[in-house]
Amino acid sequence: MKLLEFLKRERKKSASVAKERLQIIVAHQRSQRGQPDYMPMLERELLEVIRRYVHVDDDAIQISLDSEDNCSVLELNVTLPKS
Amino acid sequence: MAKIIVVTSGKGGVGKTTSAAAISTGLALRGKKTVVIDFDVGLRNLDLIMGCERRVVYDLVNVIQGEAGLNQALIRDKRVENLFILPASQTRDKDALTQEGVAEVLDKLKEDFDYIMCDSPAGIERGAQLAMYFADEAIVVTNPEVSSVRDSDRILGLLASKTRRAEESSDPIKEHLLVTRYNPERVTSGDMLTLDDIREILAINLLGLIPESEAVLRASNQGVPVTHDISSDAGQAYSDTVSRLLGEDMPLRFHEMQRKGLLSRMFGGGRR
Repeated sequence: MKLLEFLKRERKKSASVAKERLQIIVAHQRSQRGQPDYMPMLERELLEVIRRYVHVDDDAIQISLDSEDNCSVLELNVTLPKS
Repeated sequence: MAKIIVVTSGKGGVGKTTSAAAISTGLALRGKKTVVIDFDVGLRNLDLIMGCERRVVYDLVNVIQGEAGLNQALIRDKRVENLFILPASQTRDKDALTQEGVAEVLDKLKEDFDYIMCDSPAGIERGAQLAMYFADEAIVVTNPEVSSVRDSDRILGLLASKTRRAEESSDPIKEHLLVTRYNPERVTSGDMLTLDDIREILAINLLGLIPESEAVLRASNQGVPVTHDISSDAGQAYSDTVSRLLGEDMPLRFHEMQRKGLLSRMFGGGRR
């Protein structure tokens, strides 16, 4: 029985792993497209400032820039750990 | 009016120069007056692939810096009428290229040619950005492999932002996908990204699919663009690609595994 299960279990093909990984990284790359060049630096520095007061993970900060007609809105989301 | 087409990829070694040489040759064979320019200053190789390495006297940098005239630097192809090569400099560094200089050279070439192919260096630095800056169309060469697909996506981002058409907000560059080194056997066994996977991720129009082929190395060994090898799978695939570039509707070939006949299975029929 065990052997049968082992034989039936299909190994995930490497190409489908590649596709999943690419879809994630490409989506991330595209979200950064068209942003001003200073955004990654701004994000890093904001994270540093926040960390002076509270410890947060690297992915606890989300930053996005939306342009509307004649103004841009910088949106900053920080997930703080439960105290 | 001349069309400027950049052959680009981000990643190195995916087949940019092979493709630029093969497609330029194909265009010239169809009677289009074509010039192919090597933008890889410091690491020129287009001359080798085109088989004219011993006839290089002046190069793109010489022309830009006024040390030679354009006609002195252009090399006429030995095999095809209407085909010219403008080699890159081997000794200078990439800073020798200036945007104004490149613009001037392209403007002069536009008067004489139907197609101007720019063979981009790998990377996203100055040389690559100058190769794409003035383009009307872009051929993004991609291998069915994660790093190549990711880099192609990066290049698409640059085409949409760091080019003249982007900066002037005119019609965007027409982007074409060219998948090279495709191996249908490995796709069938699940160890290579499928053509559909790549198309889904990059979401641009497919121009052609070139199978992994022994003919490509044979062609570069001899300095004869693979388009001339019309009996080979890669030669035919590039020829189809050129037809599509010229607006013809060509069915896709070489994307499915060839069923081997009994004889070739017994005697191990070689792939062309």
